[in-house]
Amino acid sequence: MEQSRKGWFGEFGGRFAPETLMGPLIELERAYDEAKVDSVFIQELQYLLKNFVGRETPLTFASRLTEHLGGARIYLKREDLTHTGAHKINNAVGQILLARRMKKKRIIAETGAGQHGVATATVAARFGLECVVYMGKVDMERQAPNVQRMKLLGAKVVAVESGTQTLKDAVSEAMRDWVTNVGNSYYLLGSALGPHPYPSMVRDFQKVIGEEARAQILLAEKRLPDELVACVGGGSNSIGLFHPFLSDFLVRMTGVEAGGRSSVPGEHAARFDGGSIGVLQGTQTYILQDASGQIQNTHSISAGLDYAAVGPEHAWLRDQKRAQYVNVRDPEALDAFHLLAKLEGIIPALESSHAIAYAVKRARDMTKDQILLVNLSGRGDKDLNTVLEADEGKKHG
Amino acid sequence: MAKFIPFLVVGDPDLDTSIKVVEILIEEGADMIELGVPFSDAMADGPVIQSASERAAQSITLENVFQFAETILKKHHGFPFVLFTYYNPIFKMGIEAFAKRAKKAGIDAVLVVDLPPEEAAMYSQAMKMNQVKTVFLVSPTTSKERLKIITQASTGFLYYVSRAGVTGVQSEVSKSLTREVAEVRALTSLPIAVGFGISNGEQARQVSGIADSVVVGSAFVKLISEFRTTQSLDSVRALAKEIRIATQSQ
Repeated sequence: MEQSRKGWFGEFGGRFAPETLMGPLIELERAYDEAKVDSVFIQELQYLLKNFVGRETPLTFASRLTEHLGGARIYLKREDLTHTGAHKINNAVGQILLARRMKKKRIIAETGAGQHGVATATVAARFGLECVVYMGKVDMERQAPNVQRMKLLGAKVVAVESGTQTLKDAVSEAMRDWVTNVGNSYYLLGSALGPHPYPSMVRDFQKVIGEEARAQILLAEKRLPDELVACVGGGSNSIGLFHPFLSDFLVRMTGVEAGGRSSVPGEHAARFDGGSIGVLQGTQTYILQDASGQIQNTHSISAGLDYAAVGPEHAWLRDQKRAQYVNVRDPEALDAFHLLAKLEGIIPALESSHAIAYAVKRARDMTKDQILLVNLSGRGDKDLNTVLEADEGKKHG
Repeated sequence: MAKFIPFLVVGDPDLDTSIKVVEILIEEGADMIELGVPFSDAMADGPVIQSASERAAQSITLENVFQFAETILKKHHGFPFVLFTYYNPIFKMGIEAFAKRAKKAGIDAVLVVDLPPEEAAMYSQAMKMNQVKTVFLVSPTTSKERLKIITQASTGFLYYVSRAGVTGVQSEVSKSLTREVAEVRALTSLPIAVGFGISNGEQARQVSGIADSVVVGSAFVKLISEFRTTQSLDSVRALAKEIRIATQSQ
């Protein structure tokens, strides 16, 4: 499964950027192409992943969940156990090394759930670089603990009040900042989306998830899993898990999007269900749009999945039928959140809870000798307020 | 003496007002007008145009903008309109359908802010087939290598972005602009329009000495947006006069 043209995955991807960013994107691509084959860069990245991020992360057999469901054996890849509590740090560490190599002094990032913002603020602090994080106002309210964490780490958090005040608008605002401060600033994009080289570069930095998981499951079970499951917002944790298994054709792959409240436009973020091909924020992919190409509003209980476009490589994997994409609604994700907490002693992020919710449904249809490997992309402490409020709402109903 | 190219977001605050604005701009001697196609996610624009665009995108489609141009062209036959748009509305309409529709509407040229020439092969071909000009942007971060690609893809004119940044007003014109535009001119015989951040007569005068055309966007969009409270377009006319005089003085 090869890329046809550089920066393209079949008919998806590309570099649809305003002219001012074209030069900087090409410069970034060159810097990354050099860095990724430079043994000094690779060694430093590996050192940080081990000693700062805390890799490798465990692959936990979810014995009580497995028993409860009575179907496939469920394993959890524990990205929630990384420093800062989500997979986002893998990419942040990689890109901060690149930013430093490119002698950039100021780091810009967007964030939805705040996990990428926290990861970026963390690595910026670690390397003594200035950090500005753009975050939708709605997201700042629902992920307040992460806003506090970013501030503690010395980052400036800018509330984005345009559009839907969520991730999409934070990306636009970060791009505006980058266009304006392109000389000294590095845009540390947090997901496998945006213009080339971001989708490939972010995937490369997240591939460690799948590489570890593949080795770990082979050690534990002496065979590959039957199916991989991961949630898909922009799609970085899922592509990180999937990519090292792409040539293992017997391993099924399922990406789980946010089904939100309903399938009505504006009430979900299921790009593969209600979307069509278009171009948004630098990349050609499936997006949620109306008949005249205006971007539609989205909704998800999880801020990290609440985005109108999906990473271009996922669009390609789906069209190639190499991966399938389903969606899970808010209440199912909430139930999965509680279930995992009670049965396994793990509080998952609401984003990851979508993957768990699908696994719960799916495992029952599988036999006891089959294996389901779920990426637990982040921890759920940041979501306690949202979950408690939703539970209250249900009670008073 | 330089050409004067004002910009408006079509449909902000509504289509009737946009028609009045275009009439005023033509009366005051605009040589071309840039019609901004509303888009929900105007990431290359600063707050003024971005919010106007977002407001108008609630109700105005690309097809509405074509109809708008057609209405005006019935009266002002052959007036050169430049469509200023993001790529997604074009992509959604279909590239060939778009090029045909632009031709039928009588659009002179199209500028797609997030479509660099590297991604524009099909678009450029369709536009060429339909004899609609393609304008591409050049910015202070454009390398000589890419400048060649851009000049080859451009028909009509080149649009030089006067500073690295989003659209919006700025306090003064960049000091390096003269040198930058001269560098571009050395590589192309196409006319050069300069825009992004030019908001008053004094700045327009400076740029007129350097460029073939002066684009004024956010300053007009800001005044037009005030129409909702003032119900007057006198300030739009006054700014158009000011810019017109400035561009003729050089």
